[in-house]
Amino acid sequence: MKIEILGVGCPKCKALTANVEKAVKELGIEAEIVKVTEISKITDYGVMITPALVINGEVKSAGKVLNVEEIKGFFK
Amino acid sequence: MDLQIYKYTKVINMKEWKKFLIILAVFLGCFWMPIEKARFTNAIFESLALVKWYAREHVLLCLVPAFFIAGAISVFVNQASVIKYFGAKTNKILSYGVASISGAILAVCSCTVLPLFSGIYKRGAGLGPAIAFLYSGPAINVLAIIMTARILGWQLGLARAIGAILFSIIIGLLMHFIFLKEERKRHENGEFPSEEKKETRSLIKNMIYFFSMVAILVFANWAKPQIENIGLWFLIFRYKWTITGFFLIFLILIIIRWFKKTELKEWALTTWAFAKQILPLLFAGIIVAGFLLGRPGKEGLIPSKFVETLVGGNSFFANFFASVVGAFMYFATLTEVPILQGLIGSGMGKGPALALLLSGPALSLPSMLVIRSILGTKKTIIYVSLVIIMSTITGILFGWWIK
Repeated sequence: MKIEILGVGCPKCKALTANVEKAVKELGIEAEIVKVTEISKITDYGVMITPALVINGEVKSAGKVLNVEEIKGFFK
Repeated sequence: MDLQIYKYTKVINMKEWKKFLIILAVFLGCFWMPIEKARFTNAIFESLALVKWYAREHVLLCLVPAFFIAGAISVFVNQASVIKYFGAKTNKILSYGVASISGAILAVCSCTVLPLFSGIYKRGAGLGPAIAFLYSGPAINVLAIIMTARILGWQLGLARAIGAILFSIIIGLLMHFIFLKEERKRHENGEFPSEEKKETRSLIKNMIYFFSMVAILVFANWAKPQIENIGLWFLIFRYKWTITGFFLIFLILIIIRWFKKTELKEWALTTWAFAKQILPLLFAGIIVAGFLLGRPGKEGLIPSKFVETLVGGNSFFANFFASVVGAFMYFATLTEVPILQGLIGSGMGKGPALALLLSGPALSLPSMLVIRSILGTKKTIIYVSLVIIMSTITGILFGWWIK
């Protein structure tokens, strides 16, 4: 599974990354977590407000720091 | 393989060199530190005195409520509802209008400005509205307006907000017409759907909630009238703590009755995140501003005469110089306020001060590089020039008007 976190490096993006890492660890999923910081790539996903969460190329959420439980919901 | 190792050691060497140079610079600085010079020790005193003044006068009553308001905006205002106005098929007048004022809602966090700018430009309403948003966003974010009005006076705060809104539209339109040909060819492919978030409270309830927070901020900071002790202004001043207390109790009741626990937790966490992000930068900004420029009426390291010659009065040069410096210099969030306070105290004119406020937070050398990666060199140069020209003109007009 490929998880991408879109964001230009603000504190919110870091918070989301930390939550994603925690969720993945707790569920024991094999996943590659990638940070996307290039604005043109973020725009290509159609994301306007960061941080955004992309799982296997599909935008799951934008503009919100999801908590660990919400992130786990996407893996079920 | 050998090449890889070679590259690796090279990187390490670079890092070590850098560390060495930093240590060398610090050592030389300590070696020749001019602590015998009155100007230097005085500057240190001024720097600490300014920090103390901020801590006493501004942190509890102004900054803390402002952080809570900014946190509330970013948690409870539905940002997606604004974005739909930036779609390619939206009425252009509406797009410009929303772009010029939505910074107040959307730009409370630096995370939003650049991705949204890029999105509006490439997929949505186009260059004009994108530029309007990019320009006005940083200047009308709530924290910046509150701090400007509180410390530099309400005239500058208001002029900053209005100036930013008006000129964002003008600069956006100018960019649109300069690049009209390209704009026509650009494929428009985006409607921005807004995800309808289920509102947990009615709009009225949300408005009352925000109103009571703003009321606390306004009345807690109600200034003593300068001229005479009569009239409504004085009456409010006399009872300001009663009024503030009333709104505080009112706000607490609202929070208990209308909000869920999870929402409050998110609000608290976001507010805390803002405070964590902004306070250290602001603290550093105040230290540096106090050290270099001193408190109003006092001198720091830089002689007031020097500031006065460069940006005193309201000449064309003073305004132009302030605009250019503002455009290239990087101001961390809110640090423009203590720096300008120092400059004004040292003799900077109000006109050039506004010029710097209009060109400063919207642009910096690092942000220009990011903008260039989205727009290309030519558009970036024209955008930067337009900002500098507009700021200069507005500065001159404001300086002339306020006299």
